[in-house]
Amino acid sequence: MIRVQREDFDAQAEARALVAGNHRVGGVVTFVGLVRANAGETAIDAMTLEHYPGMTERELAKIEAEARTRWPLEAALIVHRYGRLTPGDQIVLVITAAAHRQAAFAANEFLVDWLKTKAPFWKLEASTQGEQWVEARAADDHAAKRWVAE
Amino acid sequence: MKVLYFAWLKARAGIGEETVTPPPEVATVGALLAWLKARSPGHARALADLAVVRVAVNQEYATLDAPVGANDEVALFPPVTGG
Repeated sequence: MIRVQREDFDAQAEARALVAGNHRVGGVVTFVGLVRANAGETAIDAMTLEHYPGMTERELAKIEAEARTRWPLEAALIVHRYGRLTPGDQIVLVITAAAHRQAAFAANEFLVDWLKTKAPFWKLEASTQGEQWVEARAADDHAAKRWVAE
Repeated sequence: MKVLYFAWLKARAGIGEETVTPPPEVATVGALLAWLKARSPGHARALADLAVVRVAVNQEYATLDAPVGANDEVALFPPVTGG
């Protein structure tokens, strides 16, 4: 399941609801991404996430489907926020549930790595020095490429 | 054809969305970008370095040789930075 929303989320409530009644699940991995208070040396006042409505949902759904072909997941949920956020705010939630922990851990990391390089979101950071669009990081591309089959 | 601009491409182009009617010989993403570049100084600034421009046609990632037509939605944006 995927959701793109302005509102905050409750990770624990989402995880509980996701696996409610499914007793094949033996492990649930929850990842929450937060807004950091700094970008390198610069202190951040706020971060605004822009996205491409429609394509965002399609890309996230494709990424989830890809994870399901690679690992035996019982359930998966991606929630990504957009709009104006401040340091400490939650940005993204990825929950994976499987019979055994290995699949849940691996699929979770895969989903985070892939959504960072494929889902059409852009971060605009605001600091005392003005506003600046965040540049894509080579380290994120590298992390995503780990999952491409040789 | 609908063209959408996101993030700093929108700021540089000075427009978030426009409907354009390129001539029929503009049949690929690459040709469209070259044609859009000539529309205004803002467009030229936005599309100056195509190495940092990503393209989606009808909400699917597309390469420069992908075909485009009158009924397509073409989106132009920088490399993504979500998560």
